[in-house]
Amino acid sequence: MATEDKPAVSIKDMLKREPILSSGHRMCAGCAAPTVVKLMGMALRGPTIVCENTGCLEVATTIYPYTAWKIPWIHVAFENAAAVASGVIEATKVMYSKGRYEHEHVDVIALGGDGSSFDIGFGAISGAMERGHDMVYMCYDNGAYQNTGIQRSGATFTGQETTTSWAGSKIPGKLERKKPLAEIIAAHRIPYVATSEPYNYRDFITKFRKALEVEGPAFIHAFSPCPRGWRSATGASISLSKLAVETGLHPLYEVINGEEWIMSGPSKRIKELKPVDEYFKTQGQFKHLFKPEWEDFRKRIQDQVTHDWELLKKKCGVD
Amino acid sequence: MSVPKDKITVEGLTGDAAIAHALKQADLDVLAAYPITPQTIIVEDYQRFAADGEVNAAVIPVESEHSAMSACVGASAVGGRVATASASAGLALMWEILYVAASMRMPIVFTVANRALSGPINIHNDHSDGMGMRDSGFIQLYCQSSQEAYDTTLMAFRLAEHHDVLLPVMVGIDGFIVSHNVERVEMLPDDVVEKFVGVRVPIQNLNPNTPLTLGPLALTDYYFEFKEQQSRAIMGVPKVYKEIEAEFEKITGRKYGLFETYKTEDADIIILAMSSMGGTAKVVADALRERGEKIGVIRLKMFRPFPAEEIAKAVGDAKAVAVFEKAMSFGGAAHPLAVEVRTALYEAKERPMVLDFVVGLGGRDVPPTTFVDGIEKTKEYLKAGKAPKYETLGVRK
Amino acid sequence: MSEKYNEIPMAGNILEPGNSEKYKTGGWRAEKPIHNNEKCLWIKNGTCGRCWIFCPDMSVILTEKDGKYSYAYNYDYCKGCGICATECPTDSIHMEKE
Repeated sequence: MATEDKPAVSIKDMLKREPILSSGHRMCAGCAAPTVVKLMGMALRGPTIVCENTGCLEVATTIYPYTAWKIPWIHVAFENAAAVASGVIEATKVMYSKGRYEHEHVDVIALGGDGSSFDIGFGAISGAMERGHDMVYMCYDNGAYQNTGIQRSGATFTGQETTTSWAGSKIPGKLERKKPLAEIIAAHRIPYVATSEPYNYRDFITKFRKALEVEGPAFIHAFSPCPRGWRSATGASISLSKLAVETGLHPLYEVINGEEWIMSGPSKRIKELKPVDEYFKTQGQFKHLFKPEWEDFRKRIQDQVTHDWELLKKKCGVD
Repeated sequence: MSVPKDKITVEGLTGDAAIAHALKQADLDVLAAYPITPQTIIVEDYQRFAADGEVNAAVIPVESEHSAMSACVGASAVGGRVATASASAGLALMWEILYVAASMRMPIVFTVANRALSGPINIHNDHSDGMGMRDSGFIQLYCQSSQEAYDTTLMAFRLAEHHDVLLPVMVGIDGFIVSHNVERVEMLPDDVVEKFVGVRVPIQNLNPNTPLTLGPLALTDYYFEFKEQQSRAIMGVPKVYKEIEAEFEKITGRKYGLFETYKTEDADIIILAMSSMGGTAKVVADALRERGEKIGVIRLKMFRPFPAEEIAKAVGDAKAVAVFEKAMSFGGAAHPLAVEVRTALYEAKERPMVLDFVVGLGGRDVPPTTFVDGIEKTKEYLKAGKAPKYETLGVRK
Repeated sequence: MSEKYNEIPMAGNILEPGNSEKYKTGGWRAEKPIHNNEKCLWIKNGTCGRCWIFCPDMSVILTEKDGKYSYAYNYDYCKGCGICATECPTDSIHMEKE
């Protein structure tokens, strides 16, 4: 692809770019992940290679003999995109130095869902970040192993019902808290970590571009609604991304070198968080929480989210 | 044209060090590896070459063997010349990606200091790691000496990267027995290796100019066709290997074949074994021949693809083949090597008796007396006209 | 899908980028987005474009010719999710049963 001096954030500039993902992919109707990939494409700056973990996006975009990808793409396994990307990056550099690869620099993006990023591929990401390969790792987080049929992951919210964290008469869905993956990756002291989601698309694209531009590893945690797994309206995926930000369930921020915490505009403008109930009401997977017996449990979730939000504000120096 | 003697460097090297030298001379692009005994010296030595600027390659000190093989696939997909090393549990952790590497047709050279699998955890040699990956689609070459390890590693790149092959190659040496034992190794001058090994010419690599999709989902309608391709590719390996080795022989005067035969022509009983056991078996054959017993040896080098027809031919009209192998397939009709050998000989006109002796697990010594035991038993079984499907030798029972 | 093993590329490699366009997903649709030019900001002055930006199936077609803006759907691929209708700030899109 052509070299792009700046990311495309206006509709006019976006229309000038060829989307990196084409129609005809088989992601569910209303899934936000293809939009996330589309926005990622708006941030690209030149020759790029994508290494992807097994997951919904991987499977549904490359059903042989068809591929929706218009840029070079490789899938090897569920848990290893960060390791595959390490090999891609180092090989291109050495081969270029020997005159056997045309591009002096290729942007390498590793992609994975929350299952492969929070859980099974966590070690590979940590290793790649520690070794300092110049990659962007993006996790598109749809809150569960949606590809295998909606099982809980380390990214599943407290109280969320999945097929391995059922809401029953004794247990109200997932009891544990969500793993703070972006914070853990930031603790690797890599140059750039950011959280994002598609509703605030300018914020998303700008952050992705920054992630590409820093030297060394960068990590993006992108929220990505899943109507099938969440039992939400297919048309609601983008507005749910917005609501996740407004309720503090997916706050938007950046962390530079693991030490400088910056609250991003959309989160910074929040005077007071919306109650998580507003978010929960939109999805079948939280329906059980509104039964009288889980009133206290729901309150505790709200307390946890508020507590985490206050903590984040403190880190970002926001009053 | 063979290389003049004064151009050859002779050094005392362990098997691991010999492999490290071969990797250095092969001009890798990427080596990604994780430490595990008894393979560690390969990577340590290579890292030293890198630290001294003697190689122009990226060494990726990954956080696990799973990531080692994954990084190799990534680097190979770009078109690089790529190698890794492992053993035992480390190889087992790679297992998922071994299959993917082969099915994605990545010509990775994988040097292995063969070691027992846990548990109990054990650091010594047997072939359970190599046999565990036998169906992965890797070509498997087992070496008997440091010299052979050096030679085979060089040839492995040619074989893996050959466009009729495009498959990963495992080069195995016996852990500690060869990996840590110092032997005399003749090394070729750099320019000769450079000319012999050449530069990898990738096809269908990851490259922004021609955006490919590698590693898609293939379901009931196409998966089987890709397996057919892969199976045909590996079955074509012996032909290519022989061509490469003939070229290598011209330079060095050394050749190994798919397997080595020793005094098999008139043999009544043929010992069939792999790797370092080959040397012991030859000594035993010589000693027993002095007593008038017609014993021969087949030392198998290429386990995958298994050279079934050639083995049948080499066995000829021997009365028995005594397989000595260092791995178990628990609950199997026999153990991995014997299963192959029996299958290879099933169609033989005068089907010989095939004995399966499992020996040396977890590094248990396999002295000449173990082979003599096996031969004595073989003679008894021949006389009786029947034999057990397999038995263990050298274990307290 | 009738190709033999030696008539397809090695290892499942897909050589033609974006060939999923040969696979039509429009048949999945239960509801169809209908666009009305009247209040649409794209039609008015070539701004907004939120429907295009958020469409997960790249099925919104925004074009400009000589300062005139036009709007269309590619119903070959539109799965009818309704994101465009939800996100339209001027309510220029509504969903209709197929």
